[in-house]
Amino acid sequence: MSGYILRRVLLMVPLLFGISVISYAVITFAPGDPARLLADPEQVTAEQLASARERLGLDDPLPIQYVKMMRGLMTGDLRSFRTSQPVIEMIGERLPTTLALSGLALVFGVGGGILIGIIQSLRPYSRVDDAGTFVSLFGFAVPDFWLAIMLILLFAVRLEWLPASGFRPAGTSGWNLVEMAPHLVLPTIVLGTGLMASMARYTRSAMLEALSQDYVRTARAKGLRERVVVARHALRNSLLPVITLLGFYVPILFGGAVVVETIFAIPGVGRLALDSVFARDYPVILSINLMGAVAVLAGNLLADVGYAAVDPRIRYK
Amino acid sequence: MWRRFLRNRRALIGGVIVLGLYLVALLAPLLAPHDPNQQILLDRLKGPSAEHLFGTDSLGRDILSRAIYGARVSLAVSLVATLITIVIGALVGLVSGYVGGWLDNLMMRVTDVFLAFPIFILLITVVAIYGSSMFLLILFLGLAAWPSTARLVRAEVLSLAEREFVLAARVGGAHNLRIMLVHLLPNLVPILVVAATLRVGIVILVEAGLSYFGLAVSPPTPTWGNMVADGRIYLDSAW
Repeated sequence: MSGYILRRVLLMVPLLFGISVISYAVITFAPGDPARLLADPEQVTAEQLASARERLGLDDPLPIQYVKMMRGLMTGDLRSFRTSQPVIEMIGERLPTTLALSGLALVFGVGGGILIGIIQSLRPYSRVDDAGTFVSLFGFAVPDFWLAIMLILLFAVRLEWLPASGFRPAGTSGWNLVEMAPHLVLPTIVLGTGLMASMARYTRSAMLEALSQDYVRTARAKGLRERVVVARHALRNSLLPVITLLGFYVPILFGGAVVVETIFAIPGVGRLALDSVFARDYPVILSINLMGAVAVLAGNLLADVGYAAVDPRIRYK
Repeated sequence: MWRRFLRNRRALIGGVIVLGLYLVALLAPLLAPHDPNQQILLDRLKGPSAEHLFGTDSLGRDILSRAIYGARVSLAVSLVATLITIVIGALVGLVSGYVGGWLDNLMMRVTDVFLAFPIFILLITVVAIYGSSMFLLILFLGLAAWPSTARLVRAEVLSLAEREFVLAARVGGAHNLRIMLVHLLPNLVPILVVAATLRVGIVILVEAGLSYFGLAVSPPTPTWGNMVADGRIYLDSAW
């Protein structure tokens, strides 16, 4: 098992190399000059542009620029074009916010989805099942930005129960969860709804399949209580497809964070990504892309390892 | 197959809705009561009325007409982008799975690279940088998803290639290209249809998300995403 994990981690190196080259190519071959974008368009002179280009290293041949940027990334002295702040600091400041938000959305999505799926599978084709199907299909179909606006309109503007934006009350800092809780409710729901919908669908069908298996009948015949049969026999075996789904969900969660952080004005990595894209801040875009790729690869690896943890029949060599 | 489809009430209802939407998009010039871009500034932000069933927006444009025309963008973008995804995915998967060897290895490693991208961030990057033309948008949305289709097709081809009918074809003297196109491709249609259907829905949502950020089709053209973005400012003040 540890040999398998080691090989998978080593395999990430060429993958990340490929991703960094492609990301780099995409942003470098773009029309438009970041030096010009940063300068004041009214009064920039040719000399100022030239010196800005030199400072940003935009005059070097492309492979040199790439190597310089990657070296900067490894050693942590890669700096933003826009603010000259080290990229690692900019991301480091915002990463806890995005991780906290994604973590909450993950708990909400997985917990809510599995719960809905189980309830549906216990009474298939009933009213309750239909209601669950409705909720999950709604969650699939609704665009996250639209859901966010509607929730803000209802809970923040009309009912005034929850704040419409921000990550913590204005003027506060740090991680006082009690103070922050009202700010976290709506973003968590918006970010987690898609996951909840997929989770509910997959759990329902996996549970229905498991509940019709012989070992469930055996468990019932032994006189086990229904709760034990459902939780210990059927559910554990249904978790398998659900785990792969989580691995695949990492990139989607990352993209959702861009939308949610922008709409709710939350200073996270997603917001930083969007701002940097608009400002042509190449080093930041490249770093965020690579960080996202690492998250995706790690997510896939965790899904494969999680497989073996739930299903003892699966063994990796 | 048609009879089974028509007998399934849910499938029928879904099919009618989808077909209806495409018809609306196709017949937009006939159905829209107003010119979607005509501005009547005196009638800004009006509520629903007999003249404007959905009301008017901040520039006095008829929202129903804009929604009808917006359907064209969403549906056209999603259809063409999905077509690109499916064609590339099927091609890569077919060749990779059937030919095998180093070519398979190479293609699958390239696929892995694309699969590991945080797609939405890549999309906002390319769209923001290369400009928001409809053509590029469709191209990028189409290119974003072929790797998962390729994986799916490859897995299917690997199992199909072991079947007797492929062996029979080879014994009958069919060359590889013929086996791939005539014998294997038709058997891939079911999974391609399923993959395409799911993909169309996802692309509509992603396109709406991009145009919400002003990154998709440029302003005067109505899309569902940019209409929501425009309306957001007036949620509290309109009507």
